[in-house]
Parts: sequence; structure tokens; C-alpha cells
Amino acid sequence: MAGPTVGGMTEQGVRWTAEQVLALAPDAASRKAGGRLGVAGPWSGTGCSDAGAVWGLCKGSGSTPYRTVVDVTGPAYTCSCPSRKFPCKHALGLLLLWAADAAAVPAGASAPDWAEQWLESRGARAEARKRKDDAGPADPEAARRRAAARSARVTAGAEELEQRLADLVRGGLAAAEQAGYGLWEETARRMVDAQAPGLAGRVRELGALPGSGPGWPVRLLEESALTHLLDRAWLGVDRLPEPLAATVRTRVGLPSSAEGPAVRDRWLVLAQYDTSDGKLTTRRTWLHGRDTGRTALLLSFGVAGRAPEPTLAVGVVVDAELLRHPGAGQLRAELGERFAAPVPGDAPPPGGTVGDALTAYGLALRDDPWLDSWPVTLRDVVPVPAAEGWQLADADGGAALPVTGSAPARPGLWRLAAVSGGAPVTVFGECGHRGFTPLAAWSPDAPGTVPLT
Amino acid sequence: MTTTTWEDLVTSALLGTDRRPLPLPAGADAAGPGGGGVVDAPVALLDAAAVQTVRRRAGLLPAPAAPLPRPAPRDERPPLPEAAARRLVQLLADRPSASGGGRRGAAPDLTELLPQWLAAAQAYGYRVPASALPALLDAARARTDLRPQALALGGPRALWLATFNPEWKFALRGASGGAALPAPDDAEGVRRLWEEGLFAERVALLAAVRAHDPAVALDLLASTWATERAEDRLMFLDSLRTGLSADDEEFLERALPDRSRNVRSTAAELLSALPGSAFAARMAARAASCVGLDHTGRQVTITVEAPHECDAEMQRDGVVPQPPSGRGQRSWWLGQLVEAAPLGLWRERLGGRAPGEIVALPVADDWREELHAAWCRAAVRQRDAAWSRALLGPASAPPASGPGASSSAALLSTLPHEERAEWVAAFIAAHGLSEAFQLLGVCAVPWSGALGRAVVDALDIAREAGSYPWSFSGVMGLAERCLDPREANRLEVLTAASDEGEDTAPGAGGYWAEAFQRLVATLRLRAAMHAELSPPET
Repeated sequence: MAGPTVGGMTEQGVRWTAEQVLALAPDAASRKAGGRLGVAGPWSGTGCSDAGAVWGLCKGSGSTPYRTVVDVTGPAYTCSCPSRKFPCKHALGLLLLWAADAAAVPAGASAPDWAEQWLESRGARAEARKRKDDAGPADPEAARRRAAARSARVTAGAEELEQRLADLVRGGLAAAEQAGYGLWEETARRMVDAQAPGLAGRVRELGALPGSGPGWPVRLLEESALTHLLDRAWLGVDRLPEPLAATVRTRVGLPSSAEGPAVRDRWLVLAQYDTSDGKLTTRRTWLHGRDTGRTALLLSFGVAGRAPEPTLAVGVVVDAELLRHPGAGQLRAELGERFAAPVPGDAPPPGGTVGDALTAYGLALRDDPWLDSWPVTLRDVVPVPAAEGWQLADADGGAALPVTGSAPARPGLWRLAAVSGGAPVTVFGECGHRGFTPLAAWSPDAPGTVPLT
Repeated sequence: MTTTTWEDLVTSALLGTDRRPLPLPAGADAAGPGGGGVVDAPVALLDAAAVQTVRRRAGLLPAPAAPLPRPAPRDERPPLPEAAARRLVQLLADRPSASGGGRRGAAPDLTELLPQWLAAAQAYGYRVPASALPALLDAARARTDLRPQALALGGPRALWLATFNPEWKFALRGASGGAALPAPDDAEGVRRLWEEGLFAERVALLAAVRAHDPAVALDLLASTWATERAEDRLMFLDSLRTGLSADDEEFLERALPDRSRNVRSTAAELLSALPGSAFAARMAARAASCVGLDHTGRQVTITVEAPHECDAEMQRDGVVPQPPSGRGQRSWWLGQLVEAAPLGLWRERLGGRAPGEIVALPVADDWREELHAAWCRAAVRQRDAAWSRALLGPASAPPASGPGASSSAALLSTLPHEERAEWVAAFIAAHGLSEAFQLLGVCAVPWSGALGRAVVDALDIAREAGSYPWSFSGVMGLAERCLDPREANRLEVLTAASDEGEDTAPGAGGYWAEAFQRLVATLRLRAAMHAELSPPET
């Protein structure tokens, strides 16, 4: 892998920005520790190759320096330090130094043996994985039987949930407020037992709604009705057209796999953000194909202390293949083969008005009525402080979308306001029935993508 | 289609279909997914609600826009070089750690470098990227010492942004500049902003007009003086410190009988910095009557007769009658009189002697300490270098006989920068670092070669003496921020762990190596920071 490069890939030498590096950090403490190591002082024997490998020796508290190697095309990391964080502070510090100071991490050197070994074994593993993927599942008959058994359990779960929802509506939502969260939690556990994590997640959300402030009965009725719709859809999934059936299976929580066909494009990384339920971190990465004009979502998961992979820095363009997951209105995809190291991107996706954004969400509901939001790009909008929070308004001051108050948007909202300065900007985000969550912005005054997450 | 409205559905669901059956239109039952049989009322309700929910979501309409904010004023400053912009993000991302003190590791402390970075960037006149402004304002909110520079660098857009976030209110309170000021000779515009502007705008306006034409500025201030709030009067008065001259005397005299004690004492303080003022003459007369020479003994001696009362006239001139607890009334009054009297008085009063000779004279009855302390305050207030030199004494003299570290630092601040560095270098060479911290704080950054060498030598001596580096963490931190980055190469030899002598504290050698590593790394980082900020050569 760390051998000669594809001809003409001169962009491979492009180094990342500090923000892009810091976005890799698994937590705030790592960001800070990495930032402190991002200076020449503790480092020696540093270098980087055209193939995207960066290496160096970092002086720690012991007598032997730590050996740190990063493959930025992954990115993938290895370090001889005992840290369980991933990437560790040494890898982050090395990348920061590489990003900030071309002289401190000179290019074009050949990797020392200890780095070369890891880079080679990495290449070999990737080959082996590819061969295994091509071989297909071991026993198709056994796999079919397992799938049938799981379907039956999910069906039992869906029927039980239907009963529960009917009881709820028969007795009245007002009574549900008094019943508290315990009953919902019990139902959610039953759905986990039924191997329907999608239903379990919905039930937990239903349980949180009675305490969610004014207007909760409306929200509880809406979500109960959509859960009911999902139950009914699952119970009749055999009679649904295949794309919709695939969507229903995904919503219920059955695993799906990317089936392709592979779409090669230059994918601009629009946004990346993590949400965590304490045990599991979910990372969402939005991509936009420069040539195909398609938008895709990469979903990945990491257990505590580990950043989910892949890590793609916001604002770069990756020449790669994507494989789509099946299902109507589904944007999820897997990253396939990459053909070059990321290069900085420039222009935002083409966008529309506030009205266009709501229309796009409405149309997307035709394919997947359970969608909470839809990715859209707003052109020439101004962030406006209003009585109820912020809005994004068309530059002519006519129509506006409320900005959601959800977690990933909050610190980014100030960055969005700062970048705009009261003037029109282009904003990418998720538009849905709760409002608009801004995720990235572009200003005519400043080059590049400003991440808002 | 059903005629059941969404509100019907919500009401029925809220109360329960048992109590409040859904008013379903006839025939709707048969359409249910149950196929033939009668559909349960709850299921029918959920069916209808699902249809309505998706319909409501698909048909969402935009909201009317609130009034658009006025755009931020244009900022014509050149953008930061790219590498410097990255550095700023990195510096702002590093928040001070909760665990203060203790062992600090070998890596530089980025937060401590932020003030320096801001000052350097401001000196070049750059504009920071808009996306970095929220982090910059947050940093300034957490650390008041960063505020003036952070706000100056943030410029008009930072102030614009701060108007929307209550957490950044501080920016609107203390900031100058930013808002567009009228030209100082635009009498109409000046008058209007003075009468209608926010406090911060008015402070900035006053400074601008004062720089242009001090007399006009005083007229402006006098025109509304009586109606200003006490804390505003204090701030306006304090702003006269810049460019203070004899022309301000009349205004300050009128401020002496102010209602607010803080305003009174500030007016008195400013007047005492004008040695030619009538106020100074009054104070000189009072002070001269308390201090004299006694030629009767073998050696000429200064005698002190502290005032017996603090009369109304003295109080009008800002003398505070009530001493802080633990101090005698008369010595308290004496201190205030001597402090406010012009130092030029003493040559004539004490037999034509120069400051050095006066300071060397013995003082009768244990008044020496009180008298010298008051002279120190006077020398600092009147920026009198000759008196400061005399009161500081030679740097090699034992610190115990001098005016004390904080007074020494204040006295040093009246001397030219080269002289300060020389004096402090000599002080450290003679007495080591234990009392040097405050003195180093008034020296210009980066430290001069001689001063830097003195500090490094003293640190090296401390290491060889076997003490732990954290006994010197204050000076070490200063050295990281203030040593000339060019010293880094010379310091490299000290980063190796040295052999431990017998009387060395256990492990100290390793800690010292670590401390020097951090010092060298920080110096390199500072060199890189400054290189990134220098404009690209064209």
C-alpha cells in the first residue's frame, strides 16, 4: 500500500487544517492533550510520504520515545503508547504538527522500518478483507433460517407494541403522563428482546415525550401514530413493493447491507457529527457528489473511548466509491474504495430557497413517511434572531425556517451568525418537521466550508 | 375522505377513545386494515392520525421571517495568514486545566501564549476569520485580561455578534472602537452621539475627540457632567489620564468637591500628577510643614511632625480622614500629603539636596519607612525617574533594605526599558530568583539578552542546588512567555537529564529536564507563531 502512487495525484501532498485534525479526537481531553503535543519540541525522526503516511518519535515520560504512525488516507493510527484512546494524543499531536509546519514534518522521506512494517501489514489486511468480502456468506441455508426466526420474533414484538399503543389511545394520553416512564422502558426492553432495535428506539422516544413541555399530546399522538404505521407496515411487509419493504425493515431495525451498485464520484464532506447514548457513539457524515449531485449519509458506530470510523474532515473532497443501502428514501451508504487522498473542497452544493427545502422534505416523505428530516442546502439565507429562537430567512426577508435547538447545532449557531454577519450565506443542514438544523456554511467573504457541528 | 379534523383526533386521543369516541363518518369502519371486521376505535384513531401526521409534515409551510438584523459593519483589515488562522483555532481550543499547579509536563501551555498571540496579531492589524469569533469571545468572557485585545482584534463583527448573545454582554460594556464614530471635527455628529450613544461609544468618542482637540473634549464632558451617574463620572474622569496636561487642571479642580468619594479621590490623584497645579501647591505647603531638617545633631537628620488634624480643606483636596484599621490616624494623613505633593518640593525644602542624597539621610523617630513609602508612591504617580532610581537603590543591595518587591516593581516601571532590564538582571545575579517574580513582570518582552541570561543562569544554579523546579514555576512560566525565542538553541543543552548529586532532591533531575524541555518547546512555538503572523513578502 505504501508504495508508488497513482500517476498524476499531485494533490496527495495537501495537508489538513488543525480543525480537521482535531475533529478526529475521541473526546475533549484528547483534543487538548493532542494540541499540546502539536509542536516541534517533543518530536524527532518525523516525516511523511506521498502515499499519505506520517510518522514520528514522541518523547514521553519514559526513556524510550513512543513510535507513532498515521495513514491519513484511512485515517488509521498506531502508536506504541499504552493509551486506550483512539486515536491517542500522540497521533493527534503528530497530525497537528504535520498540518501546521511543513518543515517540522518533511515530505518525501522514506519511512523507517518500524513504520514501514505497520503500513505494509495494513495493506495486507485490507487485501485479505477484500477477498473475504468477495467470497460471500458461508452457508446461505443457515443464514435464511436465522433470518426467518428473527422475522418471527420481530412480528411478535410488533403485535405486542400494537396492543400497547391501542391501550394507550383507549385510556387516553393524559393517563400516560401519570403512568410515567417505567411502562415505556419495560416495553422498550420487550422490543429489544424481540430483536427490533428500531421499535425499541421509538418506544423510548415515546416515553420521553410526555415530559417534553407544552404541546406534548400532539407530539405523542404524532409519534404514536407513526409507530403504529410502522407496526402495520411490518405486519404487511410481504405485500409492500420492495423499495418500501426495505425501508420498513431498516426502520424496524433489521440490519441492511450496502448492495450498490458502487457510485464513484468526488464526494465533498459536508458535515460530520457524533451523538452518544452513553455507551455507543453514532457518527453521521454527510457527503455530496460533485458530479452526480447525490447526497449520501455514512453512519458509523464506536464504543466508549473510541472515535467511530471513518473520520473524514469536513470540507475535503474524497475521490471514492459509495455503496448504497437499499430502501426507498434511504440515503445511507458505505464508503468503498478510495482512489486518492482527500483534497480541499471549494464550492457548496447548489441550493434553493426556504420553500424549496420544505418541498424537498415533503417529497421525501412519499418514499419514507418516517423521515424526521431531509438534507438540504439553502442558498442566500440570513440567520435572524427572532422571539422564539433563531431563524434562517431568505435574503429578501420573506420566508423563514426556525432553527432547531438540538444539541449539534448549538455552538455552531453562533459560528453561523458570525460567518454571516447579517449577510446572505449558503447553509447545509437537515430540514424537517422540527425545523432546520444547520451543519455547514459557506460565505462569499471567506473560502472553504465552515463546520457548524 | 374523512371529515375528522386533527383537533378531533388530538382531543379524542388525550381523553381516550373509551371516554371520547372519535366522530368517525359512517362507513369508515369497513375501510380499516382489519379486513371485513369492525375496526377497533383506538386502531381507527391511530390510522387516521398517521395519515394526518404525514400530511401535516408534507404540507409544512415556511414561517414569516422576523426582521433581518442590520448587517455587521465592514471590516477592511487584511485577513490572517492561513497558518496563523489555524494557530488561533488551536490556541482557542486549549482551555485552562482545572488542576492548577503541580507538575506541568514537557509540552507548552497554549493558553498562556494566547495574550501574546493576540497582541502580535493586533500589532499587524489583521482581521480574524469570522468563524473564530465565537471562540474568541468565549475566551475573552472567561479571562478578563484577554478582553481588550480580543475585542480589538475581533473588530466590528465581534461587537455586532455580541449584541445577540447575553453571555457576551461584556463586549458592549467595555469596548472602544467598533461602532463607527463621527469624525472628531463633526460637531453635530459628536454632539448627537455624546447625548444619545451607549456608554462604551461615549467613552470611545471622548477619547477620540480628546486626541483631536482636548479643549473641545473637556467642553463636551462639562456639558453633561452634572447629570452623569457616579460610576460613569468615574470612568470619564479616569479616561483623562491619557494625555493629562495643565489644561485639565480647571476641570479637575471643579471635580474635587464631587458627591462621590471615588470621583473625588481620582480627581485629586490626577491633580497631584500635575506638579504645577494649584492643588499641588496646596499639598506642597501642607507636606512641607510636616517634614524638615534638624541640623542640631552631629549628622543632619530629617524630622517629621505628622498633621494633628484632617481639616475640611484637606478633605476637599481628597485626603481620606478615616485610616484603614490598624493604622494610626496621623501617619495615615502624613502619607497622603507626602504622596500628593510634588517631589520637586524636597530639593528646596531639604537643603538643595539631590534625590539620592535625600533618600540617604537618616529620619528621626522611626518615620523612615512611612516617609519613604509615601515618596515611592509619589515617584510612581509623577513618573519621576530620578526619584525612582534613588528609592530603588543599587540592585546589589539586600532586598530587605529596599522598598519591597511590589514597590520596586512599580518604581521600575517609571524607568526606561533598558534600565529596568539592567537593574533586574543585576538584582537576579546578586539575589537569585526568589523575589524576582514581580520585578520580571515589568520588563519588556522579549527580555533583553543580559536579563535572559541572568534568569537562565539562576535557574541552572537552582537546579544544581538540588531544589525542585516547581519552586520556581512562576519564573519558569514567565521565562516561557518572555525569553527571546532565539535563546532556544542555547537552552537545548539543559534539556538533557543530568546526573543526580548526593544532596539533590530525589527525581529532581528528571523534572528539571522536563521543565527545560517545555521552556525550549514554548520558545520554538513562539518563534513559529511570530513567523506565521509576519505578512508574506511580496
